Amino acid sequence: MRMDLQTEIIVENLNLYYGKKKALNNVSLSIPENKVTALIGPSGCGKSTFLRTLNRMNDLIEGVKIEGTVLFDDRNIYDNSVDVVELRKRIGMIFQKSNPFPKSIYENVAFGPKINGVSNKSQLDEIVEQSLIRSALWDEVKDDLNKSGLALSGGQQQRLCIARALAVNPEVLLMDEPASALDPISTTKIEDLIYELKKKYTIIIVTHNMQQAARVSDFTAFFYMGDLIEFTDTRKMFTAPDLKQTEDYIRGRFG
Amino acid sequence: MQKKNGNTNSLDRKFRLSEFLSEYIIKTVAFSSFAIIILIFVFVFKEAAPIFFPKEKKAETSQFLQSETYGEEPGTEQPENSLELYSSYTPSHDVASFKNLTGKNWQPVGEEPKYGVLPLIIGSLKVTVLAILFGAPIAILAAIFSALFAPKGLREIIKPIIELLASFPSVVIGFFALVTLATVLQNIFGYSYRLNAFVGGLAMALAVIPIVYTVTEDALTAIPKYMSEASLALGATKWQTALFVVMPAATPGIFAALLLGFGRAFGETMIVLMATGNAPLSTFNIFEPVRTMSATIGAEMAEVVFGDTHYTVLFFIGASLFVVTFAINAIAEFYVRTKLMKRFRGE
Repeated sequence: MRMDLQTEIIVENLNLYYGKKKALNNVSLSIPENKVTALIGPSGCGKSTFLRTLNRMNDLIEGVKIEGTVLFDDRNIYDNSVDVVELRKRIGMIFQKSNPFPKSIYENVAFGPKINGVSNKSQLDEIVEQSLIRSALWDEVKDDLNKSGLALSGGQQQRLCIARALAVNPEVLLMDEPASALDPISTTKIEDLIYELKKKYTIIIVTHNMQQAARVSDFTAFFYMGDLIEFTDTRKMFTAPDLKQTEDYIRGRFG
Repeated sequence: MQKKNGNTNSLDRKFRLSEFLSEYIIKTVAFSSFAIIILIFVFVFKEAAPIFFPKEKKAETSQFLQSETYGEEPGTEQPENSLELYSSYTPSHDVASFKNLTGKNWQPVGEEPKYGVLPLIIGSLKVTVLAILFGAPIAILAAIFSALFAPKGLREIIKPIIELLASFPSVVIGFFALVTLATVLQNIFGYSYRLNAFVGGLAMALAVIPIVYTVTEDALTAIPKYMSEASLALGATKWQTALFVVMPAATPGIFAALLLGFGRAFGETMIVLMATGNAPLSTFNIFEPVRTMSATIGAEMAEVVFGDTHYTVLFFIGASLFVVTFAINAIAEFYVRTKLMKRFRGE
């Protein structure tokens, strides 16, 4: 890894258990700032689980036990003194299935600022417009912001979810297979959007699609059976990976 | 393949007796319960019908019945005179017209029976509204806690216990209210009538809570998990998520829960019969005794003369209860079925 990169999140010796089953095995990884890091690997390898440890969404699942440290802003986010709510404001998340609230487009985007105490109408209008512009949805919805978010197409819904996440002004965006349920055109739009967003945000994306990882990411981490097998520059990963196992997976020989 | 005529082919239709029987038995049972409901419906309305179609014949019948009951008793002086007396006032007073029904007094037995159902309607509404006011907040908050906040283990204890309350016989709740609750409340609030709408409403809340709780809980847990995850991932607290995301999405279900609770309270008889004092007063003071529509039927139906005006009016009250609870249940059902589902389809 080049030395001029700032690191956003440092993960050290992370172990995660679902009850007695170990899902992540001693994972250590440094995620660079303002870059796109892709997490790849076969189903059940722990990549989504890993992603969800970064904003503590795994706390919601009963029976999860976590060891090790995740450093963000010089704090271990699993320390007792860390406020989960504040953490999640700074590390946003986009889910695999687009999940807008059953509210209007405007209310969807304004939700985050509102719960953070922004009540000034013109300020909210501004945030909503900026977020929708940044998520490349503004031109398509600006005339009917009062329409239900659920009335949009799948791709638009996903961009609405991105706008909703951007509205709370996070530093990191976690994306859990954001385009896996979308058609190719919508997928292209999301990928273009990721390219734009990395100028301002650190992005970590889980994907099943090798080409997508190769297209959008700067760094790629390959997970297998709860282990981090290889983590390197995306170009190197897809041309000359260090390990044979990585190469086999990328070439489609297993998984 | 066998092609000859007369030969049995494995694809020929077979007659399966057990299948045939079980299907028809199930069908018969299902339709008979349906038919019973329809027949009860028809019966109640048929008995209440004379109110809508007052006839001359009706007066004659009651005259006949009365002459049989009172007029021929041995030792009665001048039976013919008393007969005349009855026939002279029966058509003018003892006919349940709408004018008669809307009066403020319920005195069905007496020289001049009065069939004003207004105090009974007020009584029913008073107790029902009080029951909802006491019961619904408790039930809804308990549902929010167990559906959204409680750890799984705790939820599995709370939910069945509250639902167990629904299986309490209402006579037990009524007895508890009559013997214990009424005294305790009178000592606290110091009002003058020991049994009143307030006591009845509170006791009724015990019957309403499990219904409102169960339906609300189901509505809240039916909201997909990804909805609350989205909110939490935006840095909303658990309480903000419950209040601004899950609750609004579940509103139709919660509304249906309230309606079902209202329907239960409106039709409930035993609790109010035991705990409200049963005085048909037209007042909105909650600390005075009341008599509800259901309690009136419960108390008076056994002593009424078959087929006379009092009897008919009681059936009219019964039919009204039937219509109200039926309508409320239908609206509640409609709300859950359509509105709640629509929300997730983006309409």
